[in-house]
Amino acid sequence: MSTQKTKRAEPSKPKLAVFKFASCDGCQLSLLDAEEALLDVAGAVEIAYFVEARDRRLSGPYDVTLVEGSISTPEQAREIREIRRQSKYLIAIGACATAGGIQALRNWRDVDEFINIVYAHPQYIDTLATSVPISDYVQVDFELRGCPINKHQLLEVITSLLIGRQPRTPTHSVCIECKRRATPCIMVTQGTACLGPVTQAGCGAICPAYNRGCYGCYGPMEAPNTESLGLHLQTLGMGADEISRLYRGFSGYAEAFRLASDRFEEVTA
Amino acid sequence: MTELTPDIGAYVSIDKEALESIFRGLKQEGYTLIGPTLGEGAIVYDEIDGMDDLPIGWTDRQEAATYRLHRRDDQAVFGYVVGPHSWKRFLFPPVQKLMTIRKQNGSFSVEPHVEEPPRYAFIGVRGCELQAIHIQDRVFLGGPYQDPDYKARRQLAFVLAVNCTEPGATCFCASMDTGPKAGPGFDLGLTELDDVFVIEVGSEMGRRIMSGVRWRPAGAFELQTMRERLTQAEKSMGRHMDISDLPALLYQNLEHPRWDQVAERCLSCANCTMVCPTCFCSDVQEVSDLLGETNERVRVWDSCFSLQFSHVHGGNIRPHVRSRYRQWMTHKLASWVDQFGTLGCVGCGRCITWCPVGIDITEEITAIRGEV
Ligand code: SF4
Ligand code: SF4
Ligand code: SF4
Ligand code: SF4
Repeated sequence: MSTQKTKRAEPSKPKLAVFKFASCDGCQLSLLDAEEALLDVAGAVEIAYFVEARDRRLSGPYDVTLVEGSISTPEQAREIREIRRQSKYLIAIGACATAGGIQALRNWRDVDEFINIVYAHPQYIDTLATSVPISDYVQVDFELRGCPINKHQLLEVITSLLIGRQPRTPTHSVCIECKRRATPCIMVTQGTACLGPVTQAGCGAICPAYNRGCYGCYGPMEAPNTESLGLHLQTLGMGADEISRLYRGFSGYAEAFRLASDRFEEVTA
Repeated sequence: MTELTPDIGAYVSIDKEALESIFRGLKQEGYTLIGPTLGEGAIVYDEIDGMDDLPIGWTDRQEAATYRLHRRDDQAVFGYVVGPHSWKRFLFPPVQKLMTIRKQNGSFSVEPHVEEPPRYAFIGVRGCELQAIHIQDRVFLGGPYQDPDYKARRQLAFVLAVNCTEPGATCFCASMDTGPKAGPGFDLGLTELDDVFVIEVGSEMGRRIMSGVRWRPAGAFELQTMRERLTQAEKSMGRHMDISDLPALLYQNLEHPRWDQVAERCLSCANCTMVCPTCFCSDVQEVSDLLGETNERVRVWDSCFSLQFSHVHGGNIRPHVRSRYRQWMTHKLASWVDQFGTLGCVGCGRCITWCPVGIDITEEITAIRGEV
């Protein structure tokens, strides 16, 4: 488009691309939701490919590529390899891209069976047996967790890339954020099951503040003790099957949660 | 009697409703009242306006990893012990902006964050908590480097202490010699009896506030009842910790197998350090705009249980939960003495109640000593 000509004065603006695979678009929307900051982003980078936000689609290579969604079809598996080749930094955003997402629940079951039950014409469905994170197919430079991601954390990652420093995203428990915001622990006051003590911070401990136990959507924290928490949930009256299902949530296919859910499932069997 | 002002050290008694005039006096002196109030499932510390905001007629039942609110069968005003919050939240806030750094013509400028320090009156500070404040005073104000923000808040703070007559099941202040009677170091020290509050005047500001209150000298019977209740409280502590062989006990047991056992249970979630009224660790984070032109330095509560906290150049100095739990407990009950001349635990029991899996510091000490 020739109307872009006047902007050529800044040729060195890094090119940003946003791609999506098997996902709900919620994480990309976090970027759109950043409002004022989004204008700054648009000023600091050239948004080369972002279907949610604009029609213009520039071809690669890209300096920074954000990838939302898990890989669940053969076509996506081909595409992500091409995107990797076109990208200097590739950042996986959200529980789908970093852990396979809620759709990874199928990894524990027979996908062909699902397809036969759900679709009238199963022969048109071309899918892989598993839904897996981006890092199972290509090298990922940074993973930003969450379902959806937190817009402040996203801006932090983009900022640190632009100015050349390490992103400051905590790897400790959700409990630290929960206590900073002064929420009385709902596991202690009500016996509500909460995955906060084994889940990585970043959300700001939203769920306990609204009287819901943490669902673990930011995935396992650094060195999570899923066994001890699971045993404690049993003393609160939860069955091993329930505990297994609790770990098998939005980030259930992330290794530590996957192993914990399998272990408690075995206990049930 | 309202024109009279009691002496420092005097014991006076007031009708329970007269607490309202203490609050009024404090507000007239420009204080913001912070006190116990019913929060979501627990008695928390928050801004209060008057007696109506206090959890009158409520109590808490605590055990390792459990806290439940219950109605009392009387209208006691302070008939509960300490909850998930502590005064450290108000003297050493969990998130505190420190400075703004701006890039300017090839150089940079630093602008410290200055704000009018709040003038807080803390209502209902228990013995263990008052001692915890004194310990944090040593941490933040002792030595050559003082924390200016803590100092400003602390100097302005008014303390209305409350003596505990009904300790909780996770309390062990008697072992640590920090309670159940509070003090010294309060402006007013209150003991709740059935019909009256007995108040000990502790400071000049305390006197001034009492001058606007309808009081009378405490009677002999009231004083005797107060002493009896406090002696009784001392004997009914829910927990106990033998500190006679600290700190040596811990230094001699750095390789005790108990550390491995506790590490199996510990989630390294850091709840114990967040609720502890003496824990003071923090991290300073940089929040930049997209181009790094404006950068804010923000201090946030951190914990020795987080891996990033003990990550230093070249690796992590405490990679295992075993070493992190040991660091925490050995700091509290041993090296704190070398560092600040006092133990770092006041026996408030919060770390026991609020540990999601109920790890109990008193039980751990007993086990290290080999008594279980
Ligand atoms: S409510 Fe959940 S996240 Fe919050 S402190 Fe308790 S266990 Fe941790
Ligand atoms: S530890 Fe002692 S002073 Fe603290 S709340 Fe319990 S009884 Fe009161
Ligand atoms: S002792 Fe309890 S509260 Fe402290 S880190 Fe371990 S599990 Fe969390
Ligand atoms: S270590 Fe535990 S009992 Fe001791 S002061 Fe801290 S929270 Fe209270």
